[in-house]
Amino acid sequence: MSTKVKSNAFLVAISAVILGLIAGGLLMMAIGSNPFEGFYYLFRGGLMSMERVGNTIATAITLMLVGLSVAFAFKTGLFNIGASGQMLIGGLAATLVAHYVFLPRVIYIPVIILAAFAAGALWGVIPGFLKAKFNVHEVVATIMMNWIAYWSIYYFIPAYLKGPSLETESRSIAIEQSLRSDWLTDFFGGGYINLGIFVAVVAVIVVKYVLDKTTLGFELKAVGSNRFCAEYAGIKVNRNVIISMMIAGGLAGLAGMTFYTGYSRNIQIGVLPSMGFDGIAVALLGASNPIGVFFSALFFGLLQSGKGFMNAMTDVPPEIADTIIATIIYFTATSVLFSRFWDKVGKRKKERNDARTAKAEAQESDHE
Amino acid sequence: MSHVIEMLNIRKEFPGIVANDDITLQVEKGEIHAILGENGAGKSTLMSILFGLYHPDRGIIKVKGKEVKITNPNDANDLGIGMVHQHFQLVQNFTVTENIILGKESHFILDRKSAAKKIKALSEQYGLKIDPNSVIEDITVGMQQRVEILKMLYRDAEILIFDEPTAVLTPQEIEELMQIMRNLVKEGKSIILITHKLDEIKAVASRCTIIRRGKMIGIVDVATTSQAEMASMMVGRPVSFKVEKGEVEVGSPVLEISHLNVLNVKKYFAVKDFSLTVSRGEIVGIAGVDGNGQSELVEAITGLRPIESGTLTFNGKDMTHYSIRERNEAGIGHIPEDRQKRGLVMESSISDNMVIKEYYREPFSKNGVLRQQVIDKHAEEICEAFDVRSGEGIFSHAGKLSGGNQQKAIVGREMVLEPDLIIAVQPTRGLDVGAIEYIHKRLVEHRNKGKAVLLVSFELDEIFNLSDRIAVMNSGELIDVVYTQQTNEDQVGLMMAGVKSKEASV
Ligand SMILES: Nc1ncnc2c1ncn2[C@@H]1O[C@H](COP(=O)(O)OP(=O)(O)OP(=O)(O)O)[C@@H](O)[C@H]1O
Ligand SMILES: [Mg+2]
Repeated sequence: MSTKVKSNAFLVAISAVILGLIAGGLLMMAIGSNPFEGFYYLFRGGLMSMERVGNTIATAITLMLVGLSVAFAFKTGLFNIGASGQMLIGGLAATLVAHYVFLPRVIYIPVIILAAFAAGALWGVIPGFLKAKFNVHEVVATIMMNWIAYWSIYYFIPAYLKGPSLETESRSIAIEQSLRSDWLTDFFGGGYINLGIFVAVVAVIVVKYVLDKTTLGFELKAVGSNRFCAEYAGIKVNRNVIISMMIAGGLAGLAGMTFYTGYSRNIQIGVLPSMGFDGIAVALLGASNPIGVFFSALFFGLLQSGKGFMNAMTDVPPEIADTIIATIIYFTATSVLFSRFWDKVGKRKKERNDARTAKAEAQESDHE
Repeated sequence: MSHVIEMLNIRKEFPGIVANDDITLQVEKGEIHAILGENGAGKSTLMSILFGLYHPDRGIIKVKGKEVKITNPNDANDLGIGMVHQHFQLVQNFTVTENIILGKESHFILDRKSAAKKIKALSEQYGLKIDPNSVIEDITVGMQQRVEILKMLYRDAEILIFDEPTAVLTPQEIEELMQIMRNLVKEGKSIILITHKLDEIKAVASRCTIIRRGKMIGIVDVATTSQAEMASMMVGRPVSFKVEKGEVEVGSPVLEISHLNVLNVKKYFAVKDFSLTVSRGEIVGIAGVDGNGQSELVEAITGLRPIESGTLTFNGKDMTHYSIRERNEAGIGHIPEDRQKRGLVMESSISDNMVIKEYYREPFSKNGVLRQQVIDKHAEEICEAFDVRSGEGIFSHAGKLSGGNQQKAIVGREMVLEPDLIIAVQPTRGLDVGAIEYIHKRLVEHRNKGKAVLLVSFELDEIFNLSDRIAVMNSGELIDVVYTQQTNEDQVGLMMAGVKSKEASV
């Protein structure tokens, strides 16, 4: 049973990617570029050297954790659109640890992970709580939390973590205090690759395990698919909403850590990380399945990190590169909707039919 | 030949099951043709094919002698085929007229008047008694069903399909629906009626096609075939309609309801000063017309709805403030009224659904980790015992089961752990006669083991067949509690209308 569901989601994802790439190719043709050349450099840009592979992975790490965050909330029927804010706050917590906590590496790494997770979880649990207690829609609440995070950073960084020259970003973290690791950097020959890779992979496995094999996952999924039945069964719906948002926030907090203390080593003010939103696409393409998220994050990571090279090597402007990514995201979103559409085909067909017959009648009575 | 519909040698497979295996259905013009078959026999599937929702793997369909391809419901409509689904498709805050002409928005204002006129005329022609201007949310379920019928008529449907139309109706409404059907055929319409209730078939149908496990067993002439014959043809063995029930010692009280007051969604008192005791070794039936507070009463006992005042005592302990889970654990099983809404998670497997209340306990999980093998085995046992049929067994998604099999799965889940009290709301809704016989037997066995059953049903037959005592409810109040052996249907009927038994017995 589950294999069938999965393979269906897999087909949806693959067809979305192919459709997206075709649309991207047409777009390149429309501006007079050679699409084969464009794609060649796009993928080459992400893969041609170990360093670039490392950068692709480094980008994918953050996307993966955000994707997991969105997917996790989605399993409980919640739409976490606040990953950006959770990333910022998680990243801020990690940055503070990086600047002020000095410990042996084996202790330091768990500490920074915990700090980032806890901060992100806090940012997630607030909307969860508002939803559970006052039925405030989580989309509204998480968007608000995004802006609270945005302005908090805006204030906090210049006030307490000002860099030596620039007002607009925090001072850089020392390499030894970041998630960068010598042996990883050496292995990939430089670049942004960092220990976040292990955090992300472990998170994928843990989330998959929790969702599939634990009573907590059982509850979260029951609440997500039929809250009335969950309630009837004695499952505390509100408690699960809060837990789900907390964990989702924590995962996005980890994403922030990998981004701000791994990929880069400082936080800029006045920027809501766009990856927080890209994560929605990652989760969609991955059908909210942790393994799916793993692969779709790698794919998006590849596009993200290859686009610069494509832009440099061809006359495809960077805006077009972003448009290609957006197109793929668009197809992903719509094709997932399509698959849901097909799932409910019976019901929908009936409704559509009703509408159509009504319309047919309208036309008929026009003629009368 | 005057066949309006011919479905010839239809075959339809789903993963793991042949839902329709070489089925032929021929409907004559102006007849009410019943389809009878066990749960999961393939009746709904066959009708979905006729209505263009599924495509047959094999076989041909002829309408009025002409072979047709019905690829979607739109085609079906063009051919004059209409269907009343069990779950109505109506916009709650629209009027009857608006619902019927929905989709015509561009001409809404202009058309509304003439549409209302046409609807009124149709309503009178067929005796539907519908006011085109009433709003859907204000009218009863029975009325809503008639709006669905009107919708078909408004679209000039000639062939009307009813899939278990009476499952949601009160006995009075059923009576009226039967009359409406008679009017419809009198006006030249043809009707296909799916129902599990043999007396309904007897009452209105002229012929009946019987299917079993996807195969056609035969067509019978209803007038010359007895209910018992039809039932045994369908199930493949004789079915008994009477429940064997011996005497059992009544033991200590399990559930004591005392001066209970409960509000409904609209904040009116739906249950008023209600007191009742259910003891070990007895089945207490709650009789009443739908909407007289039974749902709210059950929700209050199971913890799904807060109570205003009063107390609930379970096995001698005050459980007024127990959480839902604490009530489950104390020993309350609950077969809910709405299986789609509360009973099952449709996107989850049968396996997971069978432990939805128990997953966190040993042996189904340990230290927060599920033990899938134990869970699967548990589900296998329920499906085996309660004859839950589906294409992929315990791995089937609950939503893929036929209506009756969903119901059997829920009943099985609630009964298998043998709770001290089972609250069974319409436990046999949508079940075939064989399954009803079995569920009734199990409920009686449950009582015989010294446990208790609180039965809520709108069917007096079921109440009388099973209950030791009958509590009659009318507008939220307990009218009286009577021993089944000391009363009769007329008396209970009067009480259901609000007449106290002392007055009734005079
Ligand atoms: N969409 C589907 N996918 C897979 N299996 C299905 C699907 N729809 C129906 N089935 C299976 O086909 C069989 C016939 O189902 P159907 O709903 O036609 O039964 P039915 O005769 O209407 O039963 P009931 O009296 O319980 O309503 C069942 O075993 C059911 O599990
Ligand atoms: Mg059916």
